[in-house]
Amino acid sequence: MQPQFLTEFPAVGPLFEIGEKVRVRGAAPLGHIRTPFYIRGHVGEIERLCGSFPNPEELAQMRDGLPAIPLYRVRFRQKEVWPDYRGPESDAVEIEIFQHWLEKAR
Amino acid sequence: MSDQGRYRPFSYFQLMEVSLRELLVEKGILTEDAISEEVAAMRARTPERGARVVARAWADEGYKRRLLANGTAACEELGLEIPGLRLLVVENTPQVHNAIVCTLCSCYPRVLLGIPPDWYKSRNYRSRMVREPRSVLKEFGLQLGDGVAIRVHDSTADMRYLVLPMRPAGTEGWDEARLAGLVTRDCMIGVAVPRVG
Repeated sequence: MQPQFLTEFPAVGPLFEIGEKVRVRGAAPLGHIRTPFYIRGHVGEIERLCGSFPNPEELAQMRDGLPAIPLYRVRFRQKEVWPDYRGPESDAVEIEIFQHWLEKAR
Repeated sequence: MSDQGRYRPFSYFQLMEVSLRELLVEKGILTEDAISEEVAAMRARTPERGARVVARAWADEGYKRRLLANGTAACEELGLEIPGLRLLVVENTPQVHNAIVCTLCSCYPRVLLGIPPDWYKSRNYRSRMVREPRSVLKEFGLQLGDGVAIRVHDSTADMRYLVLPMRPAGTEGWDEARLAGLVTRDCMIGVAVPRVG
């Protein structure tokens, strides 16, 4: 899968394909986390691979954040995220999520 | 009534900002001039930069394709200085309306749109835009039918987003400068759509 942006960082390889269903980990570690709370535990679909970027959780601790981690855009159906969502089935929210926050959805 | 100019003690974060700034200057890491120049440069950027990009995309189908494929390269093609910007452009169609939010902080394509409006940074917009986007858009005066899917983009990490609105009817034959005049900041955040007249 071609990333949207090529970066020069040494990076770990991407694990997910476009269209693949993924679940956001339900973890709650402390620190500078770029995975919003409201999306943890939810299932979405990989929309694209943005590229690989230094881990922000490490950068916030003054470390280099390497190897860089694949960053995806994941599309979630609003009705899956908010069971009482009032709007059509097709409404969606798309979020950038780093690979270490994702696992294969069964 | 505005209470601008009235004395109020600094808040915790204002005090922290002043202390940090003064320390950086004292230690010679930054100069007062460098800070003023950066603030001036920030103020000088306006949504007209983004509007130029949108107008070109409306006028030139090939440019539009390049913009959607790689927003960063397409901005550079127009000669815009966009240091560090990784831009994803999301296109509105009759079936899909896009809108941008940053629920975690206030990420915003500043180099294309300038300083974000206060409401973009408010807790109200940031929390409700992902939860009930249709109600929020309605408050902005934008009512979308159920036949139009809303895609909200939560700008959480290294990408920045720009909405490419639909070119309004009745603008056939307009040149790019005139088209750009229709493209407001709010259209490029996705809380409005361009209107003629």
